[in-house]
Amino acid sequence: MDKATTLQVKHGLAEVAQEPVMTASSSRLLDAAQVKISTRNLNFYYGDHQALIDNNLDVAANKVTAIIGPSGCGKSTHLRTYNRIFELYRHQRVSGEILLDGKNLLDPNWDILELRRRVGMIFQKPTPFSMSVFDNVAYGLRLHYRMSRGEMQGRVETALRQAALWEEVKDKLDQPGMALSGGQQQRLCMARAIAVEPEVVLMDEPTSAIDPVATAKIEDLISSLKNKYTIVIVTHNMQQAARISDYTAFFYQGQIVEFGPTKNIFTKPAKKQTEDYVTGRFG
Amino acid sequence: MELQRQKNFDPVFRWLATLCGALVVLMVAGIFWELVEGSQLSLHKFGVGFIFSQAWNPVKEDFGAASSIYGTLVSTAIAMFLAVPLSLIIALFLVELAPPWLSRIVGAAIELLAAIPSIIFGMWGLFVFAPFMADYVQPFLADVPGGPLFSGVKMGIGMLTAGIILALMILPYITSVTRDIFLMVPAVVKESAYGMGSTTWEVSRKVTIPYGIQGIVGACFLGLARAIGETMAVTFVIGNRHEISASLFSAGNSIASTLANEFTEAAEPIYLSSLVELGLVLFGVTFLLQLLAQWWLKRTKRKMGVA
Amino acid sequence: MKEKSIAGRRFRDLLVRGLACLAAVIGIAFLAWILYVVMAHGLGAINWDFFTERPAPPGMEGGGMGSAIVGTLVLTGLAMLIGVPIGLLAGVYLAEFGGHTRLGECVRFTTNMLMGTPSIIIGVFVYIIMVVPMKNFSGYAGAVSLAIIMLPVVTRTTEDMLQLVPSALRESALALGAPRWKVTLGVVFRAAKNGLITGILLAVARVSGETAPLLFTALNSPYWLSSLNEPTGNLTVTIFNYAMSPYPDWQAMAWGASFLITAGVLSATVFTRSLLWFRSHR
Repeated sequence: MDKATTLQVKHGLAEVAQEPVMTASSSRLLDAAQVKISTRNLNFYYGDHQALIDNNLDVAANKVTAIIGPSGCGKSTHLRTYNRIFELYRHQRVSGEILLDGKNLLDPNWDILELRRRVGMIFQKPTPFSMSVFDNVAYGLRLHYRMSRGEMQGRVETALRQAALWEEVKDKLDQPGMALSGGQQQRLCMARAIAVEPEVVLMDEPTSAIDPVATAKIEDLISSLKNKYTIVIVTHNMQQAARISDYTAFFYQGQIVEFGPTKNIFTKPAKKQTEDYVTGRFG
Repeated sequence: MELQRQKNFDPVFRWLATLCGALVVLMVAGIFWELVEGSQLSLHKFGVGFIFSQAWNPVKEDFGAASSIYGTLVSTAIAMFLAVPLSLIIALFLVELAPPWLSRIVGAAIELLAAIPSIIFGMWGLFVFAPFMADYVQPFLADVPGGPLFSGVKMGIGMLTAGIILALMILPYITSVTRDIFLMVPAVVKESAYGMGSTTWEVSRKVTIPYGIQGIVGACFLGLARAIGETMAVTFVIGNRHEISASLFSAGNSIASTLANEFTEAAEPIYLSSLVELGLVLFGVTFLLQLLAQWWLKRTKRKMGVA
Repeated sequence: MKEKSIAGRRFRDLLVRGLACLAAVIGIAFLAWILYVVMAHGLGAINWDFFTERPAPPGMEGGGMGSAIVGTLVLTGLAMLIGVPIGLLAGVYLAEFGGHTRLGECVRFTTNMLMGTPSIIIGVFVYIIMVVPMKNFSGYAGAVSLAIIMLPVVTRTTEDMLQLVPSALRESALALGAPRWKVTLGVVFRAAKNGLITGILLAVARVSGETAPLLFTALNSPYWLSSLNEPTGNLTVTIFNYAMSPYPDWQAMAWGASFLITAGVLSATVFTRSLLWFRSHR
């Protein structure tokens, strides 16, 4: 069995993609119209320590892009630049550009409240707020909009349906969000994030703290969401990345080693390092 | 041999330690017992009406707790009304807004406020703050529409001044506990709220404070218990008059100040017994508050551990 | 559906930030005001006589707080001798022996109660159990009431500090065959030494500034300390009496005593806390 087929079997992929392999120096997609977020020469510093080195990456619109790599390689750090959440901390700073629909979101003139309405985030640990299920989902809506009760209820229901949670909580809307199970809490957080209809949803290892059954549900959810949203997901679970993503970026020690269509990364990786990682030789 | 002898001391040691522990329990029981014993005369003479009687006449030997209780309640209410929001917002400042170095300095300053002995607050209150109140604040307040609240002679000392000084004294306690509560809110939760596009105030109001509200209530209980029993500062500025008046400018008395002022002068047994009964009331109320506060905080710790 | 104005939200945020800064400033301003006043009024009264003379009769010039200073020191010292050992042992009981028994829960509960009891009630209590049977006010009664105030604080500190000591330390000492009491007093105490000393110093500092518990126990006296079985002069009650008096030179003395007390308590507190901070940041 040749190498490609071995990898193919290992990751349960049905076919090998025919697209040309991309080199690391140009993690660019060929069609500019497809690009939602484009990172250019991004460097990130925790105080004196440089955590991201010259990152260049294109995130395709309405697709799922996975970011994989060993622990501490900068995956989450990279993700957290997209909504500038790192600005909460004094010693974290960034240089370079991140273009959202062509405009640099790192520009101080860009209102951060507006940015975060357009770019939502889900965290590793489910974080329901100390309020009812309904209020959790409505949080973003109340923050940014003034709407009638009827409209609010409609939006909340839509978001919960999209998050595949409506049937389970429709009779429990007044109960505290924290009373739900772990998997339900995470889907609640997703409903909360998509209620404001962002354009991009960032997910930082969203299922690492969730049991396998709930994880499967959330993975289905992610696949169904990509029609409406652009999704970037950081995961240390390679099988997950292979299952649900369209594009994958492999990070190592703050740099993007390789980027391309997921099938390529997992069956015909261009770099040895990538191959070593996806075959489990290190990581 | 030697070691065996040493080992024989072990049960003695354990017994000694247990005794000391039990001593604390005995002490509290003893306080309660002696206060009840000491109030017997007054309890027999006045009965339950003692609590509601506004009388306080050593000559006629007619005593009632109402004026003292009223003074305690009003001065404490003013203190809580001022201190709680101020503490909350200072805690917010320390945790969310100030850079670490500033937070440390301001935090230390607030804690220093807690270290100042009560009598010093009394001195400052009587000789400096009360005249300040009389010259600047009370005339200003007299023009504010407040009905009978801000009426009467502007003498500086009185209920309002006592309440303000009490607020200053309980501020550090509430601030310190609230700050710890805010620090316990997990960073991910705050990041989630910021990630949705909230301002710092929105995160604090809608997420941080509700998350820690139980602990904050517990902190308030503690502050309340402290304010009720505070003696020296209040004694200096409350004016030492047994009278119930609607005006916040008026002089009055709290239970603690009555005790401080009159205990050594009480020659007649019934006078002394009435004072002891006042002490019993104070002890009882403080005891109940402590009970509530401890039970509440225990509940909170369990909940925050889970969530 | 209407979008909320971002400017409005930012304005509210800014407003609250401003108020928070204002609140912090208010807090510090009051602290500075009090400290300034105490220093301004008090420094003037401090001179050599202040420390060496005893109070003069009302209306007469001169005199000092020497006897009161000695009284406060003696009362605090005696209170320490009574309160600290009992508090340490009670803390040992909670941390080492009976912490999870019903009695232990009871002890913990009443310790917190005692800590929250108004100090004037402690004074009334000691009056009833000591002053009345002895038929006189005394320094002993004063020291006992201060000790009772110190007791729960020392107990709690001891319990907290001892619980921080890892059980592995205890176990390795016991495994060597050492008797329990030696393990506790030798090994565990030594490991918790810093925290214990800090806690005790803070408790002593706090107690030295107390007035209410002394009001009807030690009372006050203008004479040099000769016997503890009689009213004992002390700084805090003197401040109370002098401040309420109509004599300006007595009031000046009260300020001097206030300055001394404040300086003592604050420097002890600051010193102790910075020792703690310094040690933990080494």
